[in-house]
Amino acid sequence: MTAKPMTAAGASRASVLFPAIAAFAIGFGLIFMSGLVQAETLHDAAHDVRHATGFPCH
Amino acid sequence: MFSRILTSGLIAGAATGLIAALLQLWFVQPVLLHAELYESGQLAHFGAEAVSAHQDLGSFEWTRNLLSVLFTMMVYAGYGLMLVALMAVSESRGNAVTARQGLLWGLAGYLTMQLAPAFGLAPEVPGVAAADVQLRAIWWLGTAATTGLALWLVAFGKGWAAWGAAIVLILAPHLIGAPQPDSYAGPVPPELSAEFAGRALGAGAMAWALLGLLAGWFWQREGQGAPVPQAA
Repeated sequence: MTAKPMTAAGASRASVLFPAIAAFAIGFGLIFMSGLVQAETLHDAAHDVRHATGFPCH
Repeated sequence: MFSRILTSGLIAGAATGLIAALLQLWFVQPVLLHAELYESGQLAHFGAEAVSAHQDLGSFEWTRNLLSVLFTMMVYAGYGLMLVALMAVSESRGNAVTARQGLLWGLAGYLTMQLAPAFGLAPEVPGVAAADVQLRAIWWLGTAATTGLALWLVAFGKGWAAWGAAIVLILAPHLIGAPQPDSYAGPVPPELSAEFAGRALGAGAMAWALLGLLAGWFWQREGQGAPVPQAA
């Protein structure tokens, strides 16, 4: 397997890092909200998913 | 770049979430509903008489199950975004990401977000005794973070310093140990509890393999037009 590095403009390390961090943070926010926040309504609505996905539930 | 990450991550995640939700409703939910009969006291394990392992689990609850579908899609959309964000960083450092590579990424994601936390805190069937939920959440997040970082070091680190750090990071949460309950008070039969844990981990493995594949595939596809590294 060969992997050629990307050299094109617009794919430099710095130009990737910021959008990647932003997307990572949004993703984490989604998981935190649906998996871990203990607010009652959210907990009840996501209850089965939390159990089935292995999050600590209650 | 941001829209490429967002598009690939969200589409791969939402599609995986839909499949994961169906797997969950078909394979995991019946065990969960069965366990709830014990949690609510409708059935009693170790009562005077033996309890049949075959119970009527009631009819399909639309609201409850549609909420499950919605939240499963949200969870996997979140996983998808995180996975593709890391793929983007890795690709900018010269590692091509394709659907085939994606399968490995999916496996790593599964180890990080499901198997490693489950090694200390097995997927909980409703009604199990467990330690304080805040403590478990902290341990869970810490374990996912250290495991993910360790796998990154295994894959992209060079030399024994990186690999040694990876071993320490993978083992540390389990040497510290997950918060455990003071006593066992769960009313659910161990058979159901074990079946639940096995099913939850199995469904998760299928979903993560799919998520990795789709994320790699969409990531590469969304990048066409811009120069994309080719895998041999």
